[in-house]
Amino acid sequence: MRRYLRRSLWQIGIVVLGIATINFFLLHLAPGDAAEVMAGESGAATAEYMAALRQQFGIDQPLYLQFLRYVGHLLTLDLGYSFREGMPVAELMRQRLPATLLLMGSSTALAVSLGCVLGFMAARRAGKIADTVISTLALLFYATPVFWVGVMLVMVFSVALDWLPIGGMTSIEAGYRGWALAGDVARHLVLPAVTLGLFYLAIYTRLVRASMLEVYHLDFVRTARAKGVRPWRIATRHVLRNALLPVVTTLGVQLSSILGGAVLVETVFSWPGLGRLAFEALFHRDLALLLGILFCSSLVVVFVNLAVDLIYTLLDPRIELS
Amino acid sequence: MRTLSRRHFLAASSAIALFIRSDKPVWAEDKPQAGGTLSVILQPEPVTLSPTNNMAQPTQTVAGNIFDGLVYYDFDLKPQPCLATSWDLARDGKTVTFHLRHGVKWHDGKPFTSADVKWSLENIWKTIHPRNKALFENVSAVETPDDFTVVLKFSKPSLPIFSVLNGVGAPILPRHLYEGTDILGSPYNNKPVGTGAFVFKEWKRGEYVLLERNPDYWDSGKPYLDRILFRIIPDPAARAAAVEKGEIQYAPFNAIPLRDVERFSQLPNVKIDRRGYDWISPLLYLDFNVENQYLKHQRVRQALAHAIDRNAMARIVWFGFGKPAISPVPSAVATFHDSTVPQYAFDPKKAEALLDEAGFKRGADGTRFAITHDYLPYGDDYRRTAEFIKQALHKIGVEVTIRSQDTAAFIKRIYGDRDFDLSLSWNSAFPDPQIGVVRAYWSGWLGTQTPWTNGSGYRNAEVDGLIQAAAVEGNPEARVADFKRFQQIVLTELPTLPLLEMQFFSVHAANLRDIVSQGDQTYSTLKNAWFDGKAKG
Repeated sequence: MRRYLRRSLWQIGIVVLGIATINFFLLHLAPGDAAEVMAGESGAATAEYMAALRQQFGIDQPLYLQFLRYVGHLLTLDLGYSFREGMPVAELMRQRLPATLLLMGSSTALAVSLGCVLGFMAARRAGKIADTVISTLALLFYATPVFWVGVMLVMVFSVALDWLPIGGMTSIEAGYRGWALAGDVARHLVLPAVTLGLFYLAIYTRLVRASMLEVYHLDFVRTARAKGVRPWRIATRHVLRNALLPVVTTLGVQLSSILGGAVLVETVFSWPGLGRLAFEALFHRDLALLLGILFCSSLVVVFVNLAVDLIYTLLDPRIELS
Repeated sequence: MRTLSRRHFLAASSAIALFIRSDKPVWAEDKPQAGGTLSVILQPEPVTLSPTNNMAQPTQTVAGNIFDGLVYYDFDLKPQPCLATSWDLARDGKTVTFHLRHGVKWHDGKPFTSADVKWSLENIWKTIHPRNKALFENVSAVETPDDFTVVLKFSKPSLPIFSVLNGVGAPILPRHLYEGTDILGSPYNNKPVGTGAFVFKEWKRGEYVLLERNPDYWDSGKPYLDRILFRIIPDPAARAAAVEKGEIQYAPFNAIPLRDVERFSQLPNVKIDRRGYDWISPLLYLDFNVENQYLKHQRVRQALAHAIDRNAMARIVWFGFGKPAISPVPSAVATFHDSTVPQYAFDPKKAEALLDEAGFKRGADGTRFAITHDYLPYGDDYRRTAEFIKQALHKIGVEVTIRSQDTAAFIKRIYGDRDFDLSLSWNSAFPDPQIGVVRAYWSGWLGTQTPWTNGSGYRNAEVDGLIQAAAVEGNPEARVADFKRFQQIVLTELPTLPLLEMQFFSVHAANLRDIVSQGDQTYSTLKNAWFDGKAKG
C-alpha cells in the first residue's frame, strides 16, 4: 500500500509537469496575444501602447525564456500573475472557488443520490411502467441541451412565476448578512444546481439501472435467490453494492471536471465560477490565468483518480493495489 | 390557443403602454427624488476600471461615473463646464487656458488641483493613452500659475482636443496616488479614486462592480441615486429576462438582442432610448484589402459597393438600428460631414458592368472570382451582416467564403498577418475626424501591426498630406476644407466602404428618469438619473 502510494505520487509529479509543458506550448499556438485582445477591445491603439502592454505582460520575451520562468514559478508553487486582471492567478482562482464548489457539490449530490434511487427503482421493476417512465425521463434529461434547460427554467420560475432570482449568486443590493445571506445564496443556487444536476442525474440513473440489471444475471444472485434471500435484501445487499463500481468511476470523471465543467450553466445563470473564468481567459489570451487553471485541474484529475483506485479496494475486496 | 393568448397579452400590454404614454401618471413629478439603487448591465466584464489604459466600453461606462472630466458634451457635442469652469483659446491656437473649479476633492479627501491635470497630461494623455497621443503630442509645455489654472502651450495648434476633454476622453488621475509608480500596473486601476459623483466601493470579479453616492460631490444635491450596481450577466437571454423582470433598470450598449427590441418596446415597464451615443458616433464599415489581386482595382471595389443594398441591410440585419452611411465621417458629425461625396447606390447591373470592364467576366459556372470575408466576432449581428454581404456578392458572381474566429485571432489576421480579403468591423468616429476616422486611412500606420489602424493597406500621398495638415491647422474653416477634400478622395478610391451609421440603444425602467441628459451620456456620469415614485431597492 505504502509502496503503491509512493510510486503513484512520483508518477503524478511527472504527469503533471508533462501536462503543464504541453499546455504551455499548445496554448502559445493560438493566434493573437493578450495585447492584441486588449487593443481590440479598446478600439484604438498606438504602436507605443502595444509595446507597453507586451512589456508589462512579459510576452515580448522569447518563448523559451517565458517557459523557463513559468516552470520556475510552478516549482515554487507560484501560479503566476494575470496582468490583464491585475491580480495573482491564485487569488483570482481562490475568489471563484467557493462558487464552483457550491454549484458542483450540490448538483453532484443531487445527481448521485437521486440518480441511484431512480436507477435502483427502475432496475427492480425492469420492463414495467415505472421503469419506462424513469428511463424515458432520463433519456430526455440526457438529450436536452443544458443551456436550453437553463433558459427554460429561468423563463418559468424566474420571469413567469417570479419564485427565484434570474441569475448571480447573491442579491447584492439587499445587503444580507449571516443566515439571511445563506438563504439568499441558496435561492440563487436552486436553478443552476438543478439544471446541471438533471444532466448528471440522467447519467447516474441509466448507469445504475444498466449495471444492476447486469448483476442480476450473475450466478451468485441466482444462488442467493435459490437459498431464499428476500428480493429486497438481494437488491440492496448483493446487486446494488456490486453495481456501484461504475458509479464510482463516473463520479471520479465528473469530479475531475469540477474546475471547468460548468461553463454553460455558469454563463446562463451569471454564476461566478471557475468555468467562466477559464473560458474568458482563453478568449482574452490570458495564458497565465488559463495555465494556472489547467494546472490545478490536472492536479484534481490525478488525485481524484488516485482516490477512485483506493475506493475500489473498499467496495470490492477482490481488487488489490499492486 | 397559444397564439391567441399571446396576442391578447400583447394587445393588453400595448394598451397599458399607450395609457401611460398619453396621460402622464398622476404620481409623476418632475422634481428629482433622491434615493434608490440602480442596477445596470455591464457587458462584457471590464479589464480595469481606470479609463487611462483601456478604451473598451465597459471600462469607460463605469469610469465615467467615478471620474469627472474637464468638460462634458451636450446634445450638440459642445463642451460644457465640469471640472473646468471656463477656458480660453489664444488667437493663434497655440495657447489654451483652463480655469478649474474650486473646492473639488478626490474621493480620498485630497484636493483636486491643476497639478493633477498637468501630471495626467504629461504622463498619460501624451504617452500611453491609445487615442490621445496624436492629439496632445504637440503640447510643448504645461504651466500651472496657481492651483486652479492650467495653461497648455502648443508648438502647433491642435483643435481636435476640444472634442476629447470629458472624463474618459482625457482622464485625470490623482497625482498623489500614481506619481512615481508604474501606471499600467498600479493597484488603483482596480480600485479607482476619482472626483466624480460616485465612489468606487467594490469589484467582485465575475459578479458586479458597486459604486456609492459621493456625499461630498461638488455639484450639490447630486447625485440622486444612492448606489449604482453594475452587474455582469454574460448570457444575452438572461440579460433580456433580467430587464423584463425589472431586476435590471438600465441596459446600455445593445445589451439585449436586437430581435427582442420590438417585443420590449411593447412592455409597459421598460423604455427604449437611442440617445446618448452621439459623442462616439459608431460606424460599420467593410475594409477591402487593396493588396488583393482583385480588390486592388478601384473599379472592383466600386462594383462591390454597388452590389450591397445598405438600406436592406439596415432594415433586415440591424432591425432598423442604423442607417446607410455615405462617408466615414458620419452625418452626425455635421461640421465635417460632406454630403456631396461619390455615392454607391444599390445597382447590381452597374456592379456587373464595372466588373466586366475591369476584366473579370463570369466564368462557365457563373463565377467571376472568389474571396474571403472575416467579420468582427462581436456577436450575431456581425455574423449576419457577413452572410448578407455573401449573398449580395453572390448575385454579381463573386463567391465569398466567410471565416469565423475569436477576437485575438481576428485582430492578428487583419492587422498582424494581413491574411484577408474583406473585413467587417466598426469604429467610433467621435466628433472630430482626427480622433476616430483618419486612423483608418493614414499610410504611416502600415507595417506597424497596430490594431484598428489602416486595415485596407491604403496608400495615398495626398490623403496623408491632408491628414497631417488638418492635425496642426489652427483655422477651423481650413480644417473643414481639408476633411471634405479627404472624404472626396477616399470615397472615390474606396479602400473602405462605409456601410451603416449604427444606432446603439439603451433599455431602461419606465420609472427611471433623466437617464440620458448629455451627448456623451453612455460614457459619462449618471448623476442626473433618479427614480420616479417608489424607487426600487
